Amino acid sequence: MATSIEEKPDFKWIGKSIRRVEDPRYLVGRGGYIGDIKLPGMLYTAVLRSPFAHARIGSIDTGEALEVPGVVAVFTGQDCKEKMNPCANFGPPTITQYPLAVDKVRYCGEAVVAVVAESRYAAEDGVEAVEVDFEPLDPVVDPIAAIGPGAPVLHEEHGNNLAYERIFEFGEVDDAFREADVVVEDKLHWGRSSGMPLDTCGAVARPALNGSLEVYCNSLNFNFFIWLVAAALKLPSNKFTVIPVPAGGSFGSKFFAHKVPTLAGFLALQTGRPVAYIEDRLDHITNSDHHGSDRYYDVRMGLKSDGTITALDVDVVDDYGAYLQFGVGTHGNSLSQAVGPYRLKNLRYRLRAALTNKCQQGAYRGFGSEVQNWVLERMVDKAARQLGMGPEEIRRHNFIQPDEFPYKIPTGNIYDSGNYPAVLQRAIEMLDLDKWRTEQERARKEGRHIGIGVVTTQERSVFSSTEFWFWFDKPAFPLTSSPESVTLTIDPTGEFQVQMHSQAMWGNSPETVAAMLVAEEFGVDPYKVNVSYADSAHSLPGTGPGGSRFTVMIAGAVRGASKRLRAKLFKIAAHELEASEDDLEIVEGVVRVKGVPDKSRSLAELASTAYFFALNLPEGVESGLEESCTYDHPYTTLPSDDRKDLGVFYPFMGHACHIAVIEIDAETGTHKFLDYVAVHDAGTVVNPKTLAGHVTGGAAQGIGSAMYEELVYDEDGQFKCSTFMDYLIPTAMEVPEFKLGHVETPSPYTEFGIKGGGEGGRMVAPAAISAAIDDALSDYGVRITQLPIKPSEILRQIETGTQS
Amino acid sequence: MAGDMRSITLTINGRQLSRDVETRLTLADFLRDHLDLTGVHLGCEHGVCGCCTVLLDGRSVRSCLMFAVQADGHEIETVEGLSTDIDKLHPIQEAFSEEHALQCGFCTPAMILRTKELITNDGELSREEIREQLSGILCRCTGYQNIVNAVVSAREKMHDPQVAGR
Repeated sequence: MATSIEEKPDFKWIGKSIRRVEDPRYLVGRGGYIGDIKLPGMLYTAVLRSPFAHARIGSIDTGEALEVPGVVAVFTGQDCKEKMNPCANFGPPTITQYPLAVDKVRYCGEAVVAVVAESRYAAEDGVEAVEVDFEPLDPVVDPIAAIGPGAPVLHEEHGNNLAYERIFEFGEVDDAFREADVVVEDKLHWGRSSGMPLDTCGAVARPALNGSLEVYCNSLNFNFFIWLVAAALKLPSNKFTVIPVPAGGSFGSKFFAHKVPTLAGFLALQTGRPVAYIEDRLDHITNSDHHGSDRYYDVRMGLKSDGTITALDVDVVDDYGAYLQFGVGTHGNSLSQAVGPYRLKNLRYRLRAALTNKCQQGAYRGFGSEVQNWVLERMVDKAARQLGMGPEEIRRHNFIQPDEFPYKIPTGNIYDSGNYPAVLQRAIEMLDLDKWRTEQERARKEGRHIGIGVVTTQERSVFSSTEFWFWFDKPAFPLTSSPESVTLTIDPTGEFQVQMHSQAMWGNSPETVAAMLVAEEFGVDPYKVNVSYADSAHSLPGTGPGGSRFTVMIAGAVRGASKRLRAKLFKIAAHELEASEDDLEIVEGVVRVKGVPDKSRSLAELASTAYFFALNLPEGVESGLEESCTYDHPYTTLPSDDRKDLGVFYPFMGHACHIAVIEIDAETGTHKFLDYVAVHDAGTVVNPKTLAGHVTGGAAQGIGSAMYEELVYDEDGQFKCSTFMDYLIPTAMEVPEFKLGHVETPSPYTEFGIKGGGEGGRMVAPAAISAAIDDALSDYGVRITQLPIKPSEILRQIETGTQS
Repeated sequence: MAGDMRSITLTINGRQLSRDVETRLTLADFLRDHLDLTGVHLGCEHGVCGCCTVLLDGRSVRSCLMFAVQADGHEIETVEGLSTDIDKLHPIQEAFSEEHALQCGFCTPAMILRTKELITNDGELSREEIREQLSGILCRCTGYQNIVNAVVSAREKMHDPQVAGR
């Protein structure tokens, strides 16, 4: 493996591949996941799920279940409707949802009855004993038919199955197409996959003192919106406390996934006892808050004969499933980097969000922007082939150049910085593209089919909340906040505590990042910094991980809190040392007078003064050493009223080039990776090793979405892949060795120049793989137009190509 | 059947113990819920993800697919058997951290135990062979590359006479 990441000489810790501070507890089996939490008197939950895609719920007989030994209580949607409000919802108010279905089920696997018992075994026995009469209705499965005439309606209150429609137009699209020398068109389908973490969503809710409810939970970020969950449970916001619990992965699937904690909370309130509801795999795979994008595209791209891309026309129907919990923010993501790294000026984007009898859709690593990347790269490749240009040639020709930043794209979003030609060049060199092209030719003569896929995509980071509502002319709640907070404490003996204020770690490395940054600020050992997470009753505003925002935002908050803490330390030290604050510096955990190293105080000495010797403090300085900082998004603007300019909402623009070399067996349609290079630019790198882990892990998930993973519903809306035997997560055998490289173009807008890099691998790999397969089978005219790519489809196209 | 009980005696991480258990209790739930061995993780409970892997008489098994009563008379090792002292980790645990072979940590105990089994029984495997041998355990975070690195590194550590025998 050739890892080539430039170290930043200016920093002591930033840029170093240090071991993660999170690791030890996980290595010894003490991860503290939700399933590890056991409270005295705790009950367990099992859920009866709908076997039908679309049905009226008739009578429910719970009598026999209540007789099962160990079963304590049984609840239905009717109980929810009577005793709580609908669940939190960022979508249309006409599409409501309860944690247990009310009157009707709208997808196979929707929760119908919850059984609470003394053990999970007894709860499952109870589910077996529940009798439900379903009256099946006609299912709505095809999203195009769903929004056509005559389709059965999922939500009567909404009136039809078109949850949302809008056309955005930027620039002069029709003119550009009229003046284009070449127009390429295609129909593309990105199939439904999902984050599918190995640890599911879970919550343990406990009725606490004075009518309050405490919920341990691994899936609630956005702590400043946790009152929405309290409101669903008819609790005052200050009587509902969430204690964040680390999770074994999210990848989007735990992004404000509130149905699980809402149900656990409801069951605890009803029974008056602590209740655990932890999804099993069946619960999660059928009923997650977050299946991924499922999009059907009609796309046109206009170009000049020299390869200059002039226009893009996107018409997309997105199959959102039965509910629209998060609105259409996943398309806000697409618009943040809709033109990719290219100087493309004219863009039309038509979105129709369809409701069907499937599980709802939400976040998955890329949050919808990865789909736009794939679509754009597919079209660039098609145009290149038509124009007889190489993949790197057409891209180089259209790249935004390094001297053009900050660069405003047609949608209004800003790209902060970048060097796209350098990233491409690095990737070409690392792969040795010429060598592989020679090898490809040699193999072709032997009847072997090697393909090389070269793609260059954006990797936006740090969302602003405007992307959730700029879709509406009169949004109900035009939110502009997406803050992150840190509290920094030097304790009475001089040791550091960092408290973060949102969801605990999901597999990213927030504690390592925070510890490294504190080490950078104060010259202390990062392994001596302790990191914890505030509960929601004591937390400052926090948005949590998502949209590759956490490292950038935590860095801003740590820096802000550090400045405040340093100022206080200097005040105390200046008083003790009889020096001016301006003459002080911190070096390796010691505050000293510049140029006079003997005149110094250790942090432990200053902490002692701060906590124990109030009479030694300068006037106006309070006891203690604790400072907090709430860091708001450093660069975001409002959209224009006419929505011709959506404003700045995702400006810290990473970039990546992946080159995949794949051999296809034309007899079987199967593939083999021969080489794979991934070069990313995520601005200043804090920890090269953990960033590399995101790239390889994300690329593995990209391989999954591209070739293996599919959440399949048949024509009756039956769910066909409710286990890991049917939903195929890549194993170590399916994922190749990656060669990783990095180019750093620091962001001018963030602390230390960091950009987010948590999602990048998955935002690039599907396009690279698709391109490589096309290239391998160009003799047959194979073109990948839908994901996941199945051997049967490859064989079908080979056969068609052979015949023609 | 619910309620049927049996007495079992087995060795867990080197210590022999006896318990009365329901016959339908899975080995995984027995280890987690009765013995507090939280390093045993449940990712699918249908025998695919491999996160519940433990060593039974030195060989990896999926503890979600076994009943506790089936382990009667056997020796079980979980990740807690390697080390629970974060200041004195087992060389395989060290290797996983050094190579950044874990992110969320959920598959990690299973991967560590499988690594121990491979190093003990299977000699010098190539990277490709290591991948094949690890393919019964899913990891959703790392893309596996660093796990393969950790297996190679752990093998070197374990063959180093300074650390061997632990």
